Amino acid sequence: MGDWMTVTDPGLSSESKTISQYTSETKMSPSSLYSQQVLCSSIPLSKNVHSYFSAFCTEENIEQSISYLDQELTTFGFPSLYEESKGKETKRGLNIVAVLNCMNELLVLQRKNLLAQENVETQNLKLGSDMDHLQNCYAKLKEQLETSRREMIGLQERDRQLQCKNRNLHQLLKNEKDEVQKLQNIIASRATQYNHDMKRKEREYNKLKERLHQLVMNKKDKKIAMEVLNYVGRADGKRGSWRTGKTEARNEDEMYKILLNDYEYRQKQILMENAELKKVLQQMKKEMISLLSPQKQKPRERADDSTGTVISDIEEDAGELSRESIWDLSCETVREQLTNSIRKQWRILKSHVEKLDNQVSKVHLEGFNDEDVISRQDHEQETEKLELEIQQCKEMIKTQQQLLQQQLATACDDDTTSLLRDCYLLEEKERLKEEWSLFKEQKKNFEKERRSFTEAAIRLGLERKAFEEERASWLKQQFLNMTTFDHQNSENVKLFSAFSGSSDRDTPTLHSRSRQKKPHGVPSGSPVCTSKLTKSLPASPSTSDFCQTRSCASEHRQPSEMLQTQLQTIAIKQFNQRSEYHH
Amino acid sequence: KQASCIQYRLVVRDANTLQILQLYTCLDQIQHLEWSADSLFILCALYKRGLVQVWSLEQPEWHCKIDEGSAGLVASCWSPDGRHILNTTEFHLRITVWSLCTKSVSYIKYPKACQQGITFTRDGRYLALAERRDCRDYVSIFVCSDWQLLRHFDTDTQDLAGIEWAPNGCVLAVWDSCLEYKVLLYSLDGRLLSAFCAYEWSLGIKSVAWSPSSQFLAIGSYDGKVRILNHVTWKMITEFGHPATVNNPKIVVYKEAEKSPPLGHLACPPPRVAAGPLTSSESKYEIASMPVSLQTLKPAADRANPRIGIGALAFSPDNYFLATRNDSVPNAVWIWDIRKLRPLAVLEQLCTVRAFQWGPQQPRLAICTGGSKVYLWSPAGCVSVQVPGEGDFQVLSLCWHPSGDSLALLSKDHFCLCFLEMEEGMRMAFGQRGDCT
Repeated sequence: MGDWMTVTDPGLSSESKTISQYTSETKMSPSSLYSQQVLCSSIPLSKNVHSYFSAFCTEENIEQSISYLDQELTTFGFPSLYEESKGKETKRGLNIVAVLNCMNELLVLQRKNLLAQENVETQNLKLGSDMDHLQNCYAKLKEQLETSRREMIGLQERDRQLQCKNRNLHQLLKNEKDEVQKLQNIIASRATQYNHDMKRKEREYNKLKERLHQLVMNKKDKKIAMEVLNYVGRADGKRGSWRTGKTEARNEDEMYKILLNDYEYRQKQILMENAELKKVLQQMKKEMISLLSPQKQKPRERADDSTGTVISDIEEDAGELSRESIWDLSCETVREQLTNSIRKQWRILKSHVEKLDNQVSKVHLEGFNDEDVISRQDHEQETEKLELEIQQCKEMIKTQQQLLQQQLATACDDDTTSLLRDCYLLEEKERLKEEWSLFKEQKKNFEKERRSFTEAAIRLGLERKAFEEERASWLKQQFLNMTTFDHQNSENVKLFSAFSGSSDRDTPTLHSRSRQKKPHGVPSGSPVCTSKLTKSLPASPSTSDFCQTRSCASEHRQPSEMLQTQLQTIAIKQFNQRSEYHH
Repeated sequence: KQASCIQYRLVVRDANTLQILQLYTCLDQIQHLEWSADSLFILCALYKRGLVQVWSLEQPEWHCKIDEGSAGLVASCWSPDGRHILNTTEFHLRITVWSLCTKSVSYIKYPKACQQGITFTRDGRYLALAERRDCRDYVSIFVCSDWQLLRHFDTDTQDLAGIEWAPNGCVLAVWDSCLEYKVLLYSLDGRLLSAFCAYEWSLGIKSVAWSPSSQFLAIGSYDGKVRILNHVTWKMITEFGHPATVNNPKIVVYKEAEKSPPLGHLACPPPRVAAGPLTSSESKYEIASMPVSLQTLKPAADRANPRIGIGALAFSPDNYFLATRNDSVPNAVWIWDIRKLRPLAVLEQLCTVRAFQWGPQQPRLAICTGGSKVYLWSPAGCVSVQVPGEGDFQVLSLCWHPSGDSLALLSKDHFCLCFLEMEEGMRMAFGQRGDCT
């Protein structure tokens, strides 16, 4: 396009359409220089436009310019501007339609070119900025590379120094070790030399001692003697025995016996300890199994590998338990079984706890949405429970150990332990005996008392009877005396009322006596008589009297006294009557 | 009863009232005094004259004199049956066994001159004797009833330093000198049960103690540690260290502190490790808080028998406690709980601990430091008791009465009996001493 301008600068016509063409043409220059030119030239556009436009086509060269334009357009592929000529010689007239079409085409083209130019320019800008950016990045990366290279070199240097140091230290260590070894060798050699010298000196010394001993013994020193007033008896009171082969054998026997006793005692202690520890281990195992079994359901859901083995383990262990309880011996296989099963259980427990730990960590990362995972609280609770149980087991073991050690410490002799064991029971036995004896004594006392009481009761009864008898006789006398007197109720009543309440009995006895026609009747003292009397009372003819006396006496006396008095009066009357009859 | 001797007189007193019961006179100054096992006889050894005189308590007019003559005498002791006396002649040429029942004399040749060469079993049946012949160590076991040789075997030691029976009489512990750490355990019939060696080349064993139940053997060595062997496997079950700084919060550290004197402010010299005994001022125990650093003693590196290592070991009679003393921390006594195998308490005194001994019945530890106080520790606590009286009574050693009710405190010239009564506290009684048992 630049060529265009330089060529068409002189003699351009200014038509309104071409003006816009030019201006648009000038805008299409690709390079920034050109655009600058255009921009600065675009300001005084109005001035230049005219010059431009008038530069190309003036009124004089219209035909030339038309033909030129036609040429150019046809070379560009546009249709000709001229009308279709009939002949080659005549001048072709301007095809206005073609011109207009060409112009439209050119405008469209121009627009397209402008758009393309815009796009290209924007792309250009973009690319420019990209390039700037990339150049910056490149510069930065280069810097970074430099620094990292420098760093690497520095680190390498340090590494080298440290390696040097390490080697030096190793060397020093080796030297020290060698020195130590050397010193040890020196010490060893000195020790052997010293021992050798010591032995030599010792031999000399022994020789001297022997010599001295010989001299001492040879002197036949009569002073070496023991003076004693009288010989003391042996501590155990026995006589000394001669030294014979028998005594030697006896000594050997005794020695072996002592040794064997000691070994047996120790073995017993160890067996006891073993039994205790085994018990504790078995308990631990049971507890571990019980701990693990309720939690087996959860692992099963998650389809872990070890579930199959776990279930089989539980079954195996259950079988083992029963087997072990039957045997309970300290044979190799039982011991191995126990330790193996405990180890197995412990491993299972450990893996379980680890799984729980993993789950907890997963829960931390994934949150609580995962349904398969136990909630953290449950997990913590479970671990706490397990820890508590383990602590309890440990404490149990410790207490068992302490008890065992106590037992071991205090029990120093077989005899004393057995004695001690008996002692506790002895106390109780003696207490029991004492209580028994007390009980027996008390029993005896009670028996005695009972017997005495019965005797006393019998005696009382007898005395009573005697008393009754006397009374009866006394009454009888009274009655006999009374028969001489007049019937004065009040006096009799008074007299009779002086007696105690047992006069009820007296009267029937008297009655019975009178009936039996015995002046001195034996007192029967049986209640049968009273009943007889009571029965016979209503039949007696003096009931009316009875009622009368009763009514009159009721004001002054109590009913029992009244009854007594009435009975007495009746008796007296009857007696009098009888006596009258008899007489 | 209690016997003490002054120069050449032997005084026998009643143990409760200190009343003089009997008085005997010997021919020369008495160096060693020993009761027979049945408490009927007393042996007085006069080393300078080479004489042994025996007195009877039942019959004061009975006497016995054993003259070793030119053979000389360096040691004398009773046999467990109380009827034989074992005299070791000068240069350890031989041991003569004199019988008080018969006129028989037995000789044992080549006894070993070492720290603890003779040991009797607790039931008095057997005697183990260390011997040395042709630069090799042997052990002979004799039956005490007829002095017959039961077993004679050699030991794999360089230089045997000591032997000791276990309280059950079935195992004999044999240990080497401090130049080699070696403990050998022999059964009663002479078989080697086990050998134990903790380390090589450094100085080895300093002290050994059996537990009363024969379950444990405690070995104190020059490296400041106590190693405990168990009687089942004869292997070490634990080792107890004695560091100069105590940091374990479970240990109770009792520090002896002087109660401030009531009159004025005397310039008290700062307590140094090797300080002499304190003036008779009261002291009490304070519980120190962690961490506690104890006073240490730097030993002279170029001299023999350095003051480092576990110099003293003792088990309590009920087998529950072990008391130890580390010679490089000489003011402190460590008490260990054997049931739990861990340290229980540390008692730090103001002066060097001279001696300690457990009571024979109850777990009570009596400690003396050369001052005028005796210190008692029991699981319930510890107490410092001042010996009453005028002036300084420097307690140099102590000895419990077999019943455990009283304690004899010995100073240079005097002795004091301390009675421990349950409710009334303690009372003291004094006497003079030359040598005292």
